[in-house]
Amino acid sequence: MQTAIAKPRPKIDNVNRGFWDNARAQKLSVQKCGACEDVHFPGSPVCPRCLSEKQSWVEVSGRGKLLSWVRFHRAYWDSFRADLPYLVCLVGLEEGPLLVSNLVGVEPDDIVIGAGVEAVFEKVDDELTLPKFRISG
Amino acid sequence: MNEFHKLKDRIAIVGVGNTPYGNFPDTDDYGLGARAFRNAVEDCGIEKDKVDGLLVCRVPHYARMGEIIGLNPRWTIQMPPHGRMSGMAIIEAAAALDAGLCDYAALIYANIGRSRRVNYGGEESPGVWDPWGFTSPGAAHAMMFQRHRALYGTTTRQLAEVSVAFRHHACLNPAAVMKQPITIDDHEAARPITEPLRLLDYCLINDGAVCIIMTTKERARDLKKKPVMISGIGAREAFTTGSIGNFDLNFWHDEMQDVAAQAYGMAGVGPSDVDALMCYDNFSPTVLFSLEGLGFCKQGEAGSFVEGGTLKLGGKLPTNTDGGHLSNSYMQGWALNVEAVRQIRGECEDRQVPNAQVVQYCGATPCSRSIIYTPG
Ligand SMILES: [Zn+2]
Repeated sequence: MQTAIAKPRPKIDNVNRGFWDNARAQKLSVQKCGACEDVHFPGSPVCPRCLSEKQSWVEVSGRGKLLSWVRFHRAYWDSFRADLPYLVCLVGLEEGPLLVSNLVGVEPDDIVIGAGVEAVFEKVDDELTLPKFRISG
Repeated sequence: MNEFHKLKDRIAIVGVGNTPYGNFPDTDDYGLGARAFRNAVEDCGIEKDKVDGLLVCRVPHYARMGEIIGLNPRWTIQMPPHGRMSGMAIIEAAAALDAGLCDYAALIYANIGRSRRVNYGGEESPGVWDPWGFTSPGAAHAMMFQRHRALYGTTTRQLAEVSVAFRHHACLNPAAVMKQPITIDDHEAARPITEPLRLLDYCLINDGAVCIIMTTKERARDLKKKPVMISGIGAREAFTTGSIGNFDLNFWHDEMQDVAAQAYGMAGVGPSDVDALMCYDNFSPTVLFSLEGLGFCKQGEAGSFVEGGTLKLGGKLPTNTDGGHLSNSYMQGWALNVEAVRQIRGECEDRQVPNAQVVQYCGATPCSRSIIYTPG
């Protein structure tokens, strides 16, 4: 068996740490402003709407709609070569923010834009869990 | 009237120059930039040392560029190596000239992406979505086109019209990199890169440089060639929805509508007056989005609008007559502005649009811009 080449990992910083901590606990979260309740993703040091620094990561339903998707046939990293062709989706969460992720458990011919999707969690290792999405019923 | 409308027909492009386009590992950005500058100086017949404004884009260091071409300007700007900068740069230079910050501005763009093997994705451009394998501007455009297909029924055969028309133009342009004609079927059979986009939807990556020399209307009279006037400009960014690079859920439609209202309003023309369009085409779908945003057709109708060779010379809206980024050269909008100037001057030979009086540049990007050129 070949040794797996490491895939790119998130660069954890003070702003996004909460998102990745929650993901490890199988929770999908977005950043919420403590002053005006705006929800947004990716995280930001201040609220893009009111500029407050009172930002926290709050769990969301994990439900959303499939807004678009693509299938990669080119590996921009060697570590993704074995996955080709792989699916990337754009999800609009019920709560508003957009997320890019992977679509799992579906064949390209069966994908319909506008379909409901829900988050699933793929454990990479003890440090990293990636939220992904599947078509919901 | 908006305050910026007073710039109408005040500033001219007086000189244009470029290098050959291809793979030039034996030189560098500065060597290419200097060659384009020399060609632009020759084109307009200016005394080189009169140039007192310098804008560089994708050139590593402005001061080194100035040293190489022997200039001590009184106005200098360096712009980042992003594709969307050409329209922004020309507008900034126009404002600086109008304000008297300089009398003659040289704008130099150089790209050595080919000989440096630039990939535009992966480790070169780390981003938020890398852990999911989402990278590269082309993938963002694929994501938009997939949505356009679903919302409006646009087909890949319609998308192919863009690549086929621009390749046809490249075949008429002796300077273009790509010289083999292609068909819609060739487009459909090309290797997929990020589906639904295929190889022929992607711009080239090649080396080259472009220089544009600008001045005021009054000073332009003393130079060699008839000036080409900047008659309309429009600008709008989309930063607040920018978490996904090079992507907009609504195809930059609102921004381009705003850009169109500004540019057409200032120039006093509309889409039906445009003799040729120079449309930023890093990936073919953005041409469809631009046509809709500028109002050449309604939103969702660009697929049928381009069918049957609309964008070809002799068609309803000749677009990217030099072959664009898809087939001429990846000069990130700069060569398209040069082509606009040459069309108005009547210098385009086999690819000349007869009597081109209104030529429009546009780029639908997170920094959308348009410039309308007319004869001086
Ligand atoms: Zn807020």
